[in-house]
Amino acid sequence: MTSFLDFEKPIAELEARIAELRATADGSDLDIGAEIAKLEKKSAAMLTGTYAKLSPWQKTQVARHPQRPHFVDYIRLAFNDFVPLGGDRLYGEDAAIIGGLAKLDGRKIMVIGHEKGQDTASRIKHNFGMAKPEGYRKAIRLMEMASKFGLPVVTLVDTAGAFPGVEAEERGQAEAIARSTEACLGLQVPMVAAIVGEGGSGGAVAIASANRVLMLEHSVYSVISPEGASSILWRTPDKAADAATAMKVTAQDLLDLAVIDGIVPEPVGGAHRDPAGTARALADALGRELAALDGKDTAEIVRQREERFLAIGAL
Amino acid sequence: MQTGPFNEIGTHHMSWLSKVRNSLSSLAKRDTPDNLWMKCPSCSQMLFAKDFEANLSVCPHCQHHGRIGAEARFDLLLDAGYTVLSTPKVPENPLGFRDTKKYSDRLRAARASNPYPDALTNALGTIEGMKAVLGVQDFKFMGGSMGMAVGEAFVAGVERAIAEKCGYVICTAAGGARMQEGILSLMQMPKTTVATRRLAAAGLPYIVILTDPTTGGVTASYAMLGDVQIAEPGALIGFAGQRVIQDTIREKLPDGFQRAEYLYDHGMVDMVVHRKDLKTTLATLLGYLNRKEVA
Repeated sequence: MTSFLDFEKPIAELEARIAELRATADGSDLDIGAEIAKLEKKSAAMLTGTYAKLSPWQKTQVARHPQRPHFVDYIRLAFNDFVPLGGDRLYGEDAAIIGGLAKLDGRKIMVIGHEKGQDTASRIKHNFGMAKPEGYRKAIRLMEMASKFGLPVVTLVDTAGAFPGVEAEERGQAEAIARSTEACLGLQVPMVAAIVGEGGSGGAVAIASANRVLMLEHSVYSVISPEGASSILWRTPDKAADAATAMKVTAQDLLDLAVIDGIVPEPVGGAHRDPAGTARALADALGRELAALDGKDTAEIVRQREERFLAIGAL
Repeated sequence: MQTGPFNEIGTHHMSWLSKVRNSLSSLAKRDTPDNLWMKCPSCSQMLFAKDFEANLSVCPHCQHHGRIGAEARFDLLLDAGYTVLSTPKVPENPLGFRDTKKYSDRLRAARASNPYPDALTNALGTIEGMKAVLGVQDFKFMGGSMGMAVGEAFVAGVERAIAEKCGYVICTAAGGARMQEGILSLMQMPKTTVATRRLAAAGLPYIVILTDPTTGGVTASYAMLGDVQIAEPGALIGFAGQRVIQDTIREKLPDGFQRAEYLYDHGMVDMVVHRKDLKTTLATLLGYLNRKEVA
């Protein structure tokens, strides 16, 4: 069962009415099939209309939807033969970032991404997708391994941000993020990143400093959460929607700003309404980007990635 | 060996500053009056503002290191005769951002009260005779925050160091990324890291001096990538803000949390160095790390 977001209330009400009618129809000989079909058509149109003009703040909510597909769903639906590789060899295993060897339409790759968890137990296990230094250091280890064995790197970014906690600071959260970004930039193999949910600040950049950066249609990517910007810049928690608009956090805005290279379309009503369809579209888009980088020599790959970021902010 | 870098710099500082100030009557009025008292923000001792400034803005009682700007840093760390490099131009207010005020108005106000056009300024000079480019972030300019101008200045400073075949030294100070530039400020993290990688590829030293405060995206990029990491005593250095951490863990933060000495104890910096010793420390390090004498 789909859980509805606040702004989907009219659709939720219509869906409830349809369910009610179905239940009534089942127990009687009334022919209300035509009525149900009419309402279903109306509901589909409302969903299409709503999702065609989501505000940046609404997109933020879709990007954080509790049923939105995550790394583990994409591993199941978009990749094959996944071999997870654990640990940073320095401190521990951080389940907020998962990585390993995988195949994408037959192509051998290294895939790394944030995992937020699906229910209370797994959310705690994955620390809600908020990685600690050991998560970033594991990512560095896997990127270096990929570089060594000539495997392209694919990352799936989905985090509210790196974990803000005492132990994370103690073990060098800032250094781990900086080194992970540096590792992305030093890769001797192609790297493609996709923001699949939330691209939360430094915790996202650390595994998103790629040759090509894609975003799912309703994902968001920002320097600080809209709530954080609201409390710091407006000095009130109530301006998150304004902050989301002002900061330009949507895939469409970021494509205009040339910060990302492409948008992967989501099914009507968002990725959570059709995880398999979303995964297919994501796999196709990643495959196209990797194919476009085939045959380029190492120096060219490194230089293109460097120039991509040097160009941001230059006149 | 010259007299302590201290006295010499003090003299240099006074000579050109007073020259400029005397030629501008309005500025001369803003010169710190002899009788102005201030309270040390750390130990609350009353100090003569003049004495505090003459002591490199370090409290003589508790050694609290006050925040200082780019000019004072250049005078402190570079030999006399350095050249301040021009700050590269970047698109202004690229998102047309406004919160309670327009970002372009905030920028204008910051420029009116600061000597340089944005939060990071570079100078080319020598440190005890050894050539270096020194970048300084000024917390007074919008909290030292990293936007496109800071990123571009950092890259320009590093490129100049590569062209001059000398090291790059950066004094960091920032609350983090400049939120008013949204994602474009975040993208300065990889951008500046491209520069540090190029400096490393050229075999040139990169030395970071972490000053109070250095937090957020600045810490999580170029501020943590130095060949040598130096911190000023007591400087707040971290990734996440203390309030955010407090809200996450809902317990008291450890004593000295995210202070320079705490970072040293946790292996994140090579040394904690008193402001008066920074210049000789830099000179010693550059002496070891520079491949050949450059002057």
